[in-house]
Amino acid sequence: MTLTARYPFSASHRLHSPLLSEQANDDVYGKCNNPHGHGHNYWIEVTVAGEPDAMTGMVIERAKLDKLVGEEILSRVGHRNLNEQLPEMNGLVPTTENLTYVLAGILNHRFGATSAKLARVRILETRNNRFETETNDLTQ
Amino acid sequence: MKPFYGISGPASNILSLRTKMLITRRVEFSSSHRCAVPGWSDDRNREVFGEEANPYGHGHNYVLEVTLSGKVDEVTGMIVDLKDVKTILNREVVEPMDHRYLNAEVPPFDQVVPTAENIAREIWRRILPHFNSETVQLHEVRLYETENLYVEYRGQ
Repeated sequence: MTLTARYPFSASHRLHSPLLSEQANDDVYGKCNNPHGHGHNYWIEVTVAGEPDAMTGMVIERAKLDKLVGEEILSRVGHRNLNEQLPEMNGLVPTTENLTYVLAGILNHRFGATSAKLARVRILETRNNRFETETNDLTQ
Repeated sequence: MKPFYGISGPASNILSLRTKMLITRRVEFSSSHRCAVPGWSDDRNREVFGEEANPYGHGHNYVLEVTLSGKVDEVTGMIVDLKDVKTILNREVVEPMDHRYLNAEVPPFDQVVPTAENIAREIWRRILPHFNSETVQLHEVRLYETENLYVEYRGQ
């Protein structure tokens, strides 16, 4: 059984690689390369897998999941500039692909201490673009 | 006959016979429930279930997505007649659960806490016998308790 909860957060980013020329950055990232950055209302969907507890009938207690995602994710990215204020990006261009890997890694680390397993992290950048990784794909 | 992936003639039929697909039907029902373990104190239930433990109960507009898998019939081009799917989902799930207080009116939730997880398992149990043939199998039950929270169950 899996359970999925989604949470909104708003953040800004600029897609720009220092390894590429100005022209190449413009070609690759287009309007996402705007020097002033821009923002999105993101959604992060967190999928947890496990057997429902025999007594409570829950895969994971909702309050615990909310607290965990709040502490590990929303506090890091909510109303932040992902280029400047998310040190875990460690120099990666904050595309939502990279953001998905980084946030999934952060969450997965914390899930190591719970009985439920993190199964999937999906980030919607807009309603039309979404990115997901299954935790089996993550390197520790 | 239209070409199938660029192949026309008899080969297209063979290909379509082999094509396994998933098909999903969505239905909605609105129910009230209360999540609490009988025998636990109010404080303990409040701690574990939060507002879901409100002694007076509360409700949700549940959205159920049932995904079936099967082969596309050569003649009809369908996995299953969706009218039949709708009839089964209405009879087994919507009619018994819609506008009901699950804890009091829908067994086994007089005994089992009606969390989204347990409701999904009960729905799976109720509809499995109807989608367990050579041509169509129950693939997944996805139950949204709210827009922001859903469970997925595949029978194990």
